[in-house]
Amino acid sequence: MPAVRDSLIAFRRTPLLSALSITTIAFSLFAVGLFGLVVLNIRDALEKVEEHVEIRAFITDKTPVEQVALAANDVAKYDEVQSVDLVTQEQALERARRELGEFRDVFEAEFLPASLDVHLKPGFRDPASVRRVADRLKALTFVDDVRYGEDWIEQLYRLRNIAGVAAAALGLAFAAIAIIIIGSTIRMAVLARSREISIMRLVGATDAYVRRPFLIEGFIKGVLGGLLALGLTWLAIHLVSSYLSFQTVFFDQRLAIFGLAGGALMGLLGSAFSVGRHLRRV
Amino acid sequence: MIRFTRVTKEYPRLGPALSNVSFNVAKGEFVFLTGPSGAGKSTILKLIYMEERPTDGEVRVDGMSSVTIRGAEIPKLRRKLGIVFQDFRLLEDRTAEANVAFALEVTGASRSSIPGKVSRALTQVGLASKAMSYPRELSGGEQQRVAIARALVNDPVLLVADEPTGNLDDRATRGVFQLLRDINASGTAVLMATHNLDLIRRSDYRSIELNRGQIVFDSAEAAKAAIERFAD
Repeated sequence: MPAVRDSLIAFRRTPLLSALSITTIAFSLFAVGLFGLVVLNIRDALEKVEEHVEIRAFITDKTPVEQVALAANDVAKYDEVQSVDLVTQEQALERARRELGEFRDVFEAEFLPASLDVHLKPGFRDPASVRRVADRLKALTFVDDVRYGEDWIEQLYRLRNIAGVAAAALGLAFAAIAIIIIGSTIRMAVLARSREISIMRLVGATDAYVRRPFLIEGFIKGVLGGLLALGLTWLAIHLVSSYLSFQTVFFDQRLAIFGLAGGALMGLLGSAFSVGRHLRRV
Repeated sequence: MIRFTRVTKEYPRLGPALSNVSFNVAKGEFVFLTGPSGAGKSTILKLIYMEERPTDGEVRVDGMSSVTIRGAEIPKLRRKLGIVFQDFRLLEDRTAEANVAFALEVTGASRSSIPGKVSRALTQVGLASKAMSYPRELSGGEQQRVAIARALVNDPVLLVADEPTGNLDDRATRGVFQLLRDINASGTAVLMATHNLDLIRRSDYRSIELNRGQIVFDSAEAAKAAIERFAD
């Protein structure tokens, strides 16, 4: 395919400019990637915290265990519920002794009530869902009291919403900056070949013919820049993990491919925009 | 082949470049376009290969009209023309052969047909032995020959040359001019803009003289008038 060959020739003819374009694309995407990783890690941390969202329904004293066990099965069938643990008085005592080591002798048998510890499915750990399940549990005749750290959940979700909005706004800003930088870099490549473009048109090349190698070039630069950015991001997160002893998560395969496709698309659109503008002007 | 009908061209900031210009060029004709700098010679050539459109009037080239032609049809028109410039406009990083082949590649010619056509064009301009030379390794005259070979390789019906000898010494000028004559002799019409009055005097080709965007002399019209006077 002549257009692919022309694109590769263009890389060979202007190696410095091509390297500069790829590096610029890589660093623009690296900034987006780093930001993406920060967002990903914050989300991961929040999800881990959310896993601790738990509703504890305390059982009235002297309720037969069989009745509570049956109720636990019913509760486990709620849409929002992931699992239900039936904690007997003995287990509650054991847990209290384990958690409050130095006061272990203070507790005596049957001092603490039995409970149903209800864990919610991801997506149902927001304040409204938690409140809804808590209300249903409260309605059970043998339930004395329901606790779920209402304030704590409210604050967690406020933090999550702020992080989400900030991530979307900053992500858009980073992506816009990356597109502008990539567009300018490709425009430099187009200007460097403006003489060739004018000769092409004089000898009868169609605009589509002129545009094609630039689009392929932009696509290749976008993919190479994306790969480089992915490598740089991996290196950065690896350094942070090893030197600051943070446990971090990296992009999974789907997100990595999405990033590469984003780079390719930016290269393609940047080229289409720059060549189109140039062809309209000359 | 070419018909200008009351063509006016005005540039937004520079004002009028051509005013009410009309002339015809027949198939296979050789015509000089002459006049001082800024007279409108290059504008006429740009109107022919439709890099510019007239502000008023009509330009027709090989059946295509400036009034009705669509942007997408302009490449088709240019493939029928050969265009040569004073500054050669060669790609410095390609050999003579690659520069000529370039004109075929962009028109989508089959890959197998390109080497033969390029070789013939370079032989026609006397540069077969320098096919692998880069423009910087060639003299001005040789570079212009490569540009002419590039213009010829698509078998144009009209060769448009804008001051093709403007950057050349006398010897190279004579060589390039002889080449254009040979091309014309084989049936291709040639329209050559030039300042070189010597060339015009040494040949008996038609010349059109422009001044301030208007035709002030056309040797064909003058000859027709002389014949009419003689007949009277």
